[in-house]
Amino acid sequence: MEITSHWRIKKQRYALVGEVCPHCSAKIFPPRDICPECGDEAKDHYQFSGRGEVYSYTTLYNAPAGYEEQAPYTVAMVQLEEGPLVTAQLTDIDVKEPEVGMPVEMVTRKLGSEGDRGILIYGYKFRPVLETA
Amino acid sequence: MTEEHEQTIMQPKNPIGFVGYGAYIPRYRLPATEVARIWKGGAAGTPIDEKAVAGLDEDVITMSIEAARNALARAQINPSDIRAVWVGSESHPYSVKPTSTVVAEAIGATPHTLAADWEFACKAGTEAVQAAIGFTGSGMARYALAIGMDTAQGRPGDPLEYTAGAGGAAYILGPADESLAVVEGSYSYTTDTPDFWRRADEKYPSHGERFTGEPAYFHHITSSAQELMKALGTKPADYTFVVFHQPNTKFPQRVAKTLGFTPEQLEAGLLVPRIGNVYAGSALVGLTAVLDAAKPDDRILLVSYGSGAGSDAMSLHVTERVLECHKLAPRTEDYINRRTEIDYATYARFRGKLSQ
Ligand SMILES: [Zn+2]
Repeated sequence: MEITSHWRIKKQRYALVGEVCPHCSAKIFPPRDICPECGDEAKDHYQFSGRGEVYSYTTLYNAPAGYEEQAPYTVAMVQLEEGPLVTAQLTDIDVKEPEVGMPVEMVTRKLGSEGDRGILIYGYKFRPVLETA
Repeated sequence: MTEEHEQTIMQPKNPIGFVGYGAYIPRYRLPATEVARIWKGGAAGTPIDEKAVAGLDEDVITMSIEAARNALARAQINPSDIRAVWVGSESHPYSVKPTSTVVAEAIGATPHTLAADWEFACKAGTEAVQAAIGFTGSGMARYALAIGMDTAQGRPGDPLEYTAGAGGAAYILGPADESLAVVEGSYSYTTDTPDFWRRADEKYPSHGERFTGEPAYFHHITSSAQELMKALGTKPADYTFVVFHQPNTKFPQRVAKTLGFTPEQLEAGLLVPRIGNVYAGSALVGLTAVLDAAKPDDRILLVSYGSGAGSDAMSLHVTERVLECHKLAPRTEDYINRRTEIDYATYARFRGKLSQ
């Protein structure tokens, strides 16, 4: 991916900023400017809460180029509490731990880098909800 | 010279305080006995119990983002009202390219903000807090975010490897009447003292062995704390809590005793036995644990130390607002209790100590 492509999507990727439809109130992620529910234009920014649950998952032992450093890791489809399904890595979790239905929360982590001399890529991942007293 | 110019402590024109605070500590723990097992055949006393270690996808940028989000949750302000994002660290992921711009973007503080990275060994974080007090106290900004965060590195086998940990804290400075703790005054004591350093392009730091104690840590911290208390007319008994920079367990215990503080005043903020020395985050993350325990009208003395060398001292007065802030974000103890023990081999992989 070109540096400019990373740069253009930084808001959605750092902080899970999507869109909300002004016509039917559907929450949209990733942002696409057209509401998938009613087909009208939807360009208003929406900050997702980051909370959701694991819908499905798979563990990768042979990671693609640029991601080897963090293997093995688990990629999940996460159903956000606002509705959309998002594909992302799970983090702060052991390979044997994930379960369908597990409550997770968004964190911003290092996704990889463009080689030793390239930029560092940051973006959303999900972790088991932090237990608080 | 007028009397005004002889004043050594710093107090802003407009009263300022902490309107939000947030901690971050990663989940992995390396017991000090693991370091002793590898390098001393297990036959060595250890300066702490265990240290916090960042995971493969964590660095000062990601850790600062989470601490800043916790501070924002407690401050309950709009991130676009922040006019400075300042991150103090010894382990910025880039040599050139600010940590602070990524943090500012991720929390929604861009584009109407200053952003910069601060460096002053372990006091880079409190230096950023001092600057934020001035920036908000002058009226130039309503809110400023100051962070101290580190993923500290020790050369394999070096005594620093037992303690060099990961973690830190974020603070939002703003008007005193919105604060959970008001800054009563601050002070900074600085000299040129080469006790610890890392040359450009070197991976691991060097230190002046026994030079690190008496003329460095102890002299600067006692000078800083005493000058601030003298100027404010306070004494150790006036404080409910005291927090020092904590490179190991013994140094803060000894300096507390020298200054006349009791072990009870030190206890709540003494996190080093369980998370290690988190460098620029050390005193500041200790303060988050103190604020988690603080009640209205408590007084807190915070004293940092940075090699090279300097010490920042701040006197804080806790307000009623602290009670509502406690529950708005995870407590520091929640992060400490989230604990996954690792062995030295896993630690070596996580910290990039394996090379082919
Ligand atoms: Zn719609």
